[in-house]
Amino acid sequence: MSSLQDIPVHVAAEWGNALPVLHEIRHALERLAETGEARVIDLNAMPFGPGDEDRLLGLLGQGEIEARLDALGVTQIRETAVPGVWLVDHRNADGERLVLHVEIAEVPAILRTQAEDLRDAVAALDARLATGASPFPHRPDN
Amino acid sequence: MAHHKTLGESLRAHGVSRRGFLKFCAATASMMALPPTMTPAIAAALEQARRPSVIWLSFQECTGCTESLTRSHSPTVEDLILDVISLDYHHTLQAASGEAAEHAREVAMRENFGNYLVVVDGSLPGPDSNPGYSTIAGISNYQMLMETLEGAAAVVAVGTCAAFGGLPQANPNPTGAVAVQTLAGDKPVINVPGCPPVPMVITGVLAQYLTFGKLPEMDQYNRPLAFFGQSIHDRCYRRPFYDKGLFAETFDDEGARAGWCLYRLGCKGPSTYNACATMRWNAGTSWPVEAGHPCLGCSEPKFWDAGGFYDALSVPPGDTGSTLLAAGVSGAIIGGAAAALAKRRQKADLAERQPVKIDELEQKL
Repeated sequence: MSSLQDIPVHVAAEWGNALPVLHEIRHALERLAETGEARVIDLNAMPFGPGDEDRLLGLLGQGEIEARLDALGVTQIRETAVPGVWLVDHRNADGERLVLHVEIAEVPAILRTQAEDLRDAVAALDARLATGASPFPHRPDN
Repeated sequence: MAHHKTLGESLRAHGVSRRGFLKFCAATASMMALPPTMTPAIAAALEQARRPSVIWLSFQECTGCTESLTRSHSPTVEDLILDVISLDYHHTLQAASGEAAEHAREVAMRENFGNYLVVVDGSLPGPDSNPGYSTIAGISNYQMLMETLEGAAAVVAVGTCAAFGGLPQANPNPTGAVAVQTLAGDKPVINVPGCPPVPMVITGVLAQYLTFGKLPEMDQYNRPLAFFGQSIHDRCYRRPFYDKGLFAETFDDEGARAGWCLYRLGCKGPSTYNACATMRWNAGTSWPVEAGHPCLGCSEPKFWDAGGFYDALSVPPGDTGSTLLAAGVSGAIIGGAAAALAKRRQKADLAERQPVKIDELEQKL
């Protein structure tokens, strides 16, 4: 036996905890469609057994959109094969998972431009307009 | 050691964007066992929060609690020290030593009088014990605790030793060890038991205090309900097997291999309140029951003296061959007094015994 991977450990495929969460997602999705109310489910708080998370993510599948946020480590945001159901996977700078959210929304909140940033953005653009006298500031000299 | 900047200002000064801050708050909400909908409220509170000074005292302990803290991954201990709290004194983690270290403690106490947090790991010899059992820089644990508590806003007892006496206080308690709360007087005490506590629970309690500026809701043992409000049993992924009456009888039988309930192998999950089942260990990798071992009940008072780890809960504490054997051996050594005491205790235990069958327990739960 040369490595830990060679030890024959059998892990049950799932423990039956994925389907109840999928039902919860379904209810949230119905509510989103009817009232526009978004919902976030923290998968860290779920008493999942080995394989439950893989089973849930497998059932949700892969959708069309993937986004990446670089702030205090990488966050992967992707829509599942079920429109309106997103996975938001926050990692720290060492790549360790901080929290895994299932977000049932039109767009995940973290992707939206923050209101404070919008206010600052106007001032930042004004500053660029004031300093950028030339319409072609980066035009190379011939 | 000046803590004038708010946490929001401090994070932005470090180049953390608002999205990064929101991410930090989402992780903090999860860490505090709060619903994700609380993230905006946490962001608003943390934006204005100021870093509290924290003095960490280590008494009769094994450093396992600090080892646990340094393995907290959300936030990392570096984040915790630099951004969330100002850890002004900690024997193991601080660079200063000797007189300089003690000076740092005195300065932190003076400059933040009435506002600093004291974190204690380890129990300590009580006021009537020989102070020589545990000293730091020639100061007895008791004296150091009492003078540090004087200007403290609150004290957090981290680990079962600090919270309930733990291993040092276990029978026969040679050092006269006591828990922090027995000496804290009218100072608010937050107990974060566990041997060691789940790392995220330690940082979660500190973050909760920082976020809301007040003590969390607590149970009868001063444990925060956010982390200790539900039993291991209620949150265990093996619970469906318990409900179906499927139990592992030995560690290598078919039931054990199929991942059935570990109740009959001594699991203390039904009587233990902690967050292991959801927060897990080693960056969320696993926890004892997932690794195939029963819960020992390490976050409960007197768990060291509560009987065999592998006795099912329906077996009364003290009614095991090993306990009798241990009592007999120590009795031979110290003239029979300890054995007589152990036998008296066992008699009392048997008289008070209230056997619980699995069916009855299920009805109670």
